Amino acid sequence: MLEILQYEFMRNALIAGMLASIACGIIGTYVVVKRIVFISGGISHSAFGGIGLGYLLGIDPIIGALFFTLASALGMGIVSKRTDLREDTVIGIIWATGMALGVIFLGLGPGYPPDPWGYLFGNILTVPRSDIIVMLILDAVIILIIFSLYKDFLALCFDEEFATVVGVPTERLYLVLLSLIALTVVVLIRVVGVILVIALLTIPAAISGQLTYSLKKMMIFSILLSAIFTTCGLWLSYVLDLASGAMIILVCFTVFLLSSLSKSLRSQRSYVHA
Amino acid sequence: MHEQIRTNEVVCLEDIWVYYNGVTALEGVNLSINQNDFLGIIGPNGGGKTTLLKVILGLVKPSRGKVRVLGDTPVRSRKLIGYIPQLSQFDRDFPVSVWDVVLMGRLGHTGRFKRYSDKDKKVAIDTLEIVEMLDLKDRQVGRLSGGQRQRVYIARALVTESKLLLLDEPTASVDKPMQTGFYEFLQKLRKEQELAIIVVSHDIGVISTYVNKIACLNRRLFYHNSKEITAEMLEAAYQCPVDLIAHGVPHRVLKEH
Repeated sequence: MLEILQYEFMRNALIAGMLASIACGIIGTYVVVKRIVFISGGISHSAFGGIGLGYLLGIDPIIGALFFTLASALGMGIVSKRTDLREDTVIGIIWATGMALGVIFLGLGPGYPPDPWGYLFGNILTVPRSDIIVMLILDAVIILIIFSLYKDFLALCFDEEFATVVGVPTERLYLVLLSLIALTVVVLIRVVGVILVIALLTIPAAISGQLTYSLKKMMIFSILLSAIFTTCGLWLSYVLDLASGAMIILVCFTVFLLSSLSKSLRSQRSYVHA
Repeated sequence: MHEQIRTNEVVCLEDIWVYYNGVTALEGVNLSINQNDFLGIIGPNGGGKTTLLKVILGLVKPSRGKVRVLGDTPVRSRKLIGYIPQLSQFDRDFPVSVWDVVLMGRLGHTGRFKRYSDKDKKVAIDTLEIVEMLDLKDRQVGRLSGGQRQRVYIARALVTESKLLLLDEPTASVDKPMQTGFYEFLQKLRKEQELAIIVVSHDIGVISTYVNKIACLNRRLFYHNSKEITAEMLEAAYQCPVDLIAHGVPHRVLKEH
């Protein structure tokens, strides 16, 4: 294990994994408890449009993705709060349109279209230093906002209507939460890609939810679990010479399966004893 | 505010009309509630009961009519309203403790970006004592019984230091003996805290024993500022004869006729 650390790309990959774990541990917890997995899927897939636009305009695709995810998050949030349109229909539309735009933008670019594989399924081994800095800044923004508005977000997720009644600006807060999901997606794209992001947002938080009944602990457990999963997945992909993003997700899934099985066995046993 | 103290009027609705997508939910509703009133509103499901509460809370803006709550607009007064929504909308796995939930009632008093103050915590402790839930304050809310959870929601509504409690189908998922205990508890609370309480329910049974005023709602509100409901009111509200509903009620609701 240690000898792989002598490569700079491996060290960068591990750092990227850690930074991704912080974002997805905190925000993934909200995605799971507030049951906004589908809207998060819409946000992450729309990122592909931004990646394509980045290529076309010759700017960092990650920055393009940041604009697209923020725009789609705010767009879907406003549509779901202020109009009578069905929320899940709108999410499905933005989901696919973002992907379609990405493909068109890539095709419009000069020369042969670049290989989108790394952005779709992640390629943590090619994370450049500049992206690590972007990830670091986004993590800092996420931590700062959640730390200062923790109690308001808890009320928003637990009982939005009551929070509104006692004077919490729930609509604005919900848009902030969706924007934080957008930032998290951008942090995770390099690691697992736009298609697999949703797994890293939900699985560690879902496992943590089986271990604790405290939101704060759920976040901390999710961060630790994601860090372990990304590191294990990275190591397995190195050893087996398989795609890193997909390997990380398979590690997540395996642990989720084991955790769920052991939880249902435990509750069955306590049922027999009772 | 001064006017409210003089008249003790907590809620005043004048000719309220609400339309949802072209369907009429409330039709010309007039209602006046004073301090210390305990009003029960009964009516069939879909009769506009929840909508009426949401109008008082300012969550639904009426298409026509005037709403005054505690001498001000509902949106400005709603920090002082204790709202207890229907129990059913709840995720049992949600990672939140009794303590966290009760403190949420203080969000209107604590600024954004701030921690809960010592006063917030003290009010929460005192209120948990009133509802007899202090020893369960660290319990996850999903692992409470229906009756206990209802008490937590009442505590959350009370820590707002409200003068008005609104309860939406409070005993829908609670069994009969528990229901009686719950209404006795509300009655005691009203006297001690000098609250006005509005309880909305589709079940005329238990509610009519404890309230001191009763109204029937089925888009239109039938209300005579008293505890008496006439057979005509019920028939108008439910649009069918309903004398069967009064069976098993300790005190008679309907007059002999």
